[in-house]
Amino acid sequence: MSLPDPTEVRSALADVGYLADDRIAQVVFLADRLAKPILVEGPAGVGKTELAKALATITNRRLIRLQCYEGLDESKALYEWNYKKQLLRIQADSDKDWTEIEEDIFTEEFLLARPLLEAIRSDSPVVLLIDEVDRVEIETEALLLEILSDFQVSIPELGTVSATTTPLVVLTSNNTRELSEALKRRCLFLHISYPEAEREKEILLHRVPGITEHMATQIARLVRSIRGMDLKKSPSVAETIDWARTLLALSIEHIDEKVVSDTLHVLLKYQTDIEKATKELGATVSAAVS
Amino acid sequence: MIDLLTDFIGELRAAGIPVSMVEAIDAMEAVKHINLGERAALKAALGATLVKNARHDEAFEVAFEVFFAHHRQAGSEESPASRSTNGFSSEAGGGGGEADLDALVESLFQSLLQGDLASMEAAARRAVTEFAGIEPGRPVGGTYYLYRTLRRLDLDALRDRLLEAVLADIDPADALDQRLAREDVESMIARLRKEIQDEIRRRLVADRGRLSVARTLRQPLVEDLNLMHATRSDLEDIEDVIEPLTRKLAARLARRRRLLRSGRLDFRRTVRKSLASGGVPLDPVFRKSRPHRPEVFLLCDISGSMATFARFTLQFTYAMAAHFSRLRSFVFIDTVDEVTRYFGPGIDFGEAIGKIATEAEAVWLDGHSDYGNSFARFQERYGAEITPRTTLIVTGDARNNYRPGKPEVLAGIRSQARALYWLNPEPRSYWDSGDSIMSKYESACDGVFEVRTLRQLEHFVEQLSLPGHLTGTRQGTAQPAANIGR
Repeated sequence: MSLPDPTEVRSALADVGYLADDRIAQVVFLADRLAKPILVEGPAGVGKTELAKALATITNRRLIRLQCYEGLDESKALYEWNYKKQLLRIQADSDKDWTEIEEDIFTEEFLLARPLLEAIRSDSPVVLLIDEVDRVEIETEALLLEILSDFQVSIPELGTVSATTTPLVVLTSNNTRELSEALKRRCLFLHISYPEAEREKEILLHRVPGITEHMATQIARLVRSIRGMDLKKSPSVAETIDWARTLLALSIEHIDEKVVSDTLHVLLKYQTDIEKATKELGATVSAAVS
Repeated sequence: MIDLLTDFIGELRAAGIPVSMVEAIDAMEAVKHINLGERAALKAALGATLVKNARHDEAFEVAFEVFFAHHRQAGSEESPASRSTNGFSSEAGGGGGEADLDALVESLFQSLLQGDLASMEAAARRAVTEFAGIEPGRPVGGTYYLYRTLRRLDLDALRDRLLEAVLADIDPADALDQRLAREDVESMIARLRKEIQDEIRRRLVADRGRLSVARTLRQPLVEDLNLMHATRSDLEDIEDVIEPLTRKLAARLARRRRLLRSGRLDFRRTVRKSLASGGVPLDPVFRKSRPHRPEVFLLCDISGSMATFARFTLQFTYAMAAHFSRLRSFVFIDTVDEVTRYFGPGIDFGEAIGKIATEAEAVWLDGHSDYGNSFARFQERYGAEITPRTTLIVTGDARNNYRPGKPEVLAGIRSQARALYWLNPEPRSYWDSGDSIMSKYESACDGVFEVRTLRQLEHFVEQLSLPGHLTGTRQGTAQPAANIGR
């Protein structure tokens, strides 16, 4: 299905458990209309990948995922010739004329489609997720350019494969390095940062069944307070949800000093961060006492 | 609309945001698909198509507010809230401001307490009308009006009152809740401040037109901030940008090796692999060359004249320590000391700075920069550890307090290392003025770079990968340095 308007996008996303804000809904809607990829940037764990998954669900499309890593190359991202099969074919047809064989072995039959080509060749429309695109080297980014702007892949031996249906492309980046201008130019840019306390509360209520309104509010406010500190790694939305689940499992109904210091390790993953947060949250106690 | 958008894009470019032709066209295209009556939609559409870097969001925000705010203002002028504003001021007359002020503060207090944003905004608008005393035609950015309004409103008192009211409902033993309540109040006050600021901006635009206001509001982007005069909050912004930059530098320094052909043919593995293709060696396997581990020595001047910049370089060092296993850092004023141990994993940056300030022995005589002595000490103490794989980076303004500069010592150090770069935070035109002896050192360096802003630092990192620098010869450097100066 196509996306009728931003409000619908938002409520559809909410139905599958992704609470988008206005801007996210707008950009998703525009991406669909303009047939442009979305480049989603933001700190780890704010739901960038989740957005792509939710999009696949609401549009009823298959999700094809390309996980990027350092050293990713053409044969793993785009396509590869199945040379073993080609070799067998050559041996089997050893009596035939070479030009004939040559034509034979460079056909789609011997092509191994990797995620990008697969997304292009798919008969039904798909959602293509290119995850953590900032992890590939700047040179490798060039591989993506053709597919992002024209939705096609050129294979020297075979010609150009164009998309039959326009895929919805989502790229995510943790901004560990600056992406190239060429890549950015081709995308709509969407920066997602940590949600406001209000929205985080909604997310908690939505994602953690059984949590009380009071707890959700308290957790959201506490997390905002912790994010305000100068930490190595601020708690992500996913970690907030984990924390809420933990507290729920411990059947805690009100968070106080002790609960925080006992369960903070769910939220923060560095010892120095935990110490710092405990210290800062603890400091208010002594201030209040004195 | 096209004219307006073109103006807007022009303003973004003037503010330093790179907007390409394609992106401009995209923006026009995007605008067709949205409901123009909705400001948020327009903002999202323009933001997604024109601004591709989260660092530029703030500049975009300001420009957008200036260009597209008037739609909303026109609408709200007829709203009952602002009509009562007008009634308000005429009732009070010209002179008696005090009763007005009290009533206004009271209504602000009530709306903030109840979290009623609409009435808060109305009250903020009223406050601007009453107290900002905007004089038509004055070419100012609005900071003055903001100050005037805030002084009358006395936000500190308002904050205290709010706190008191909020805390009254909270169990005094519950320290955690108290902290949270306090933060709620802070964010409310911040919101009010911003609302007042926005309102002043709207008035200015109505008075003087978009283009002129946009020009006065323009502020340098993070990457163009002068590092020598950065404020603390600037440094915080910079912190976020440094991380990707150090990664890039790490990649650049390691890359030289990768560009070369990877190692010799690995015969055993080639044969093993050929079994899959019936003994035909289709894919020759090469021995992997060992990953190149660049070794970097950083020398930072931390004397008084360099205070802010030193904080920045140390921050940069701190971030770099995560990417280079073989990074050693040194600080100097009139003698040199190694500070590598303060930047290990798990050490907080603030702590590290504190320790360096108190423990590192960078002072020998009087605490005034002495580059000559520092280099000599460095040569003496660590010279033996410099290898042909070592890249040295010196940061400093080369202001030597008229002491002997000993450039020959630096040249000696250079001859042992792979490369030596000098980053100077002063503008090129100040070099060699007064006690600066930059040009004496310049001949001993592979490259001297003016690094006053992050953008220039980025340029430096980029230059590292240029072929001229690969060979380590000195000819290639004059040109890039000139580029950087612009």
